[in-house]
Amino acid sequence: MAKNFNEWMQPLSELEEGIKRLEAARDRETDALKKADLTNHIDDFKRRRDNFLDVMYARLGPWEKVLVARAPKRPYTLDYINSIFTNFVELQGDRRFGADHAIIGGCAMLDDQPCVVLGHQKGRTIQERQQRNFGYARPEGYRKAIRLFEMAQRFGLPVVTFVDTPGADAGVEAESRGISEAIAASMLKMFELDVPSVSVIIGEGGSGGAIGIACSSRILMQEHAIYSVIAPEGCAAILWRMPERGAEAARALRLTAQNALDFGLVDEIVEEPKRGSDRQPLEAAESIKESLIRHLGEIAKLPKAKIREERYQKFRQMGVFAEG
Amino acid sequence: MSTKSEAFLQCSNCKKILFSVDFEQNLRVCPHCGFHHRLTARRRIELTFDEDSFQELDADLRSVDPLEFPEYASKLASAISKTGQNDSMVSGRAALEGRSVSVAVSDFNFMGGSMGSVNGEKIARTLERAAEGHMPAIIFCASGGARMQEGLLSLMQMAKTTAAVSRCREAGAPFIAVFTDPTMAGVLASYASIADIILAEPKSLIGFAGLRVAKQAGVGKVPDDFQTAEFAYSHGMIDRVVPRKEMRATLATLVRILGGSHHG
Repeated sequence: MAKNFNEWMQPLSELEEGIKRLEAARDRETDALKKADLTNHIDDFKRRRDNFLDVMYARLGPWEKVLVARAPKRPYTLDYINSIFTNFVELQGDRRFGADHAIIGGCAMLDDQPCVVLGHQKGRTIQERQQRNFGYARPEGYRKAIRLFEMAQRFGLPVVTFVDTPGADAGVEAESRGISEAIAASMLKMFELDVPSVSVIIGEGGSGGAIGIACSSRILMQEHAIYSVIAPEGCAAILWRMPERGAEAARALRLTAQNALDFGLVDEIVEEPKRGSDRQPLEAAESIKESLIRHLGEIAKLPKAKIREERYQKFRQMGVFAEG
Repeated sequence: MSTKSEAFLQCSNCKKILFSVDFEQNLRVCPHCGFHHRLTARRRIELTFDEDSFQELDADLRSVDPLEFPEYASKLASAISKTGQNDSMVSGRAALEGRSVSVAVSDFNFMGGSMGSVNGEKIARTLERAAEGHMPAIIFCASGGARMQEGLLSLMQMAKTTAAVSRCREAGAPFIAVFTDPTMAGVLASYASIADIILAEPKSLIGFAGLRVAKQAGVGKVPDDFQTAEFAYSHGMIDRVVPRKEMRATLATLVRILGGSHHG
């Protein structure tokens, strides 16, 4: 069992390393025949790489999806905001205590439609990861989200949220400032909206930290994203006292997009490019954009009271039990 | 709380030996250290509401095993035989000093009071009944959080129960939550924390993540009273810490003041 995306992709990195070396050799080569021969080799290696990717992505198991969802180069909220929206103006602060960087948000244009957009944001460099608290939002992040939801309501703007977090911050400071209340109040605010809202699960839909900003009229989920009540490692630690059995727990938790769709917990799976969203981020963004515009358009046709009622009934029906 | 014999018990908090009869008469509060030991849902209902006023509803809701999760079916079966209940929440209607209230009481003995589909459904129905009947909702929480064995379905109970709170707010039906030991994670981070009024029993464990997780995540020292009712109170997260003996009277006063203001 590979522990992370890079380890899982190890055979591929070796192939790509080989391609780079061959390309360098070809560039140095002066003999035309030898150059052509090297080019053939390179093309062969590239075909093998593409085949490898096709095969890997065609049969992702639940644990591989966990790795893909957490991949360091997978597009994050800000990447999608920049490729799907224009004129994004980041707005910051909960007006109560502080600025949280694990949830980013603001206003932007979706084609010619003004919107409020927000989502969890992880970092890429070590510095940015620390600044963004590795995507673990603090109470201030959820209270900023509430502020933005209220603003959207006031100005009649549709709301788009992107979900990508391992969970909410569980530290002493977060607890002292009411992380639980912040998450609950953010959900409650979303249920009070009568503007169109769509949430997209783009990476890790990690527990309470995720649902805190995912109570929209429509829930979309990218093909290889995960959505779970607990991290598979945490689940394995509870079940078997062995966090390293995360792969088994990932299977048991049914955390894939297909599982969520089967249980009626998401409305639509957004297909990803066949060689991974990390390699084809613009294609990934294009699919999300198409889906967002279609769903926001459908909701916008409904009267305000109907938007609230429909969303209420949608969440109200979630759950599986026997009666009688 | 460990049983030494029929007649004696040992307090799990202060380790002192107590007479079983004294302990029960003291509402399962240790007479030495004042620790509030857990109650079953039935006992809580007896202690809180008017005698024989409780009418249970939705008792026939049963958990199924939609994920075919390892050992869930057997855990459910043993919890059912241990508690004589179908799941971790007992709900219905009751009277408090003659006034009708919609109530739900969590039972920690049933799989740690965890919130799966049935628990969430009972909460939602309890809140909806309060909204429709313009009566107060009173919910006693005692839960480790969402029920892992129902996966994402459990996480969605957080959203569902929160949505149901919005119904009470629209209808002007007051919602009072009582946090008892423990009130954690998915329960705390959903309907429980947005109640109009929040009371808690002394020393109950109240927190977002288990202490181990919090210690890993948090920098620096964890305060001695971290994740207790008193900590929640001093940080402005709850209204009052109420000893068990005063709970019924406190709730009755609140219901008298807030309840029935919309309908007679």
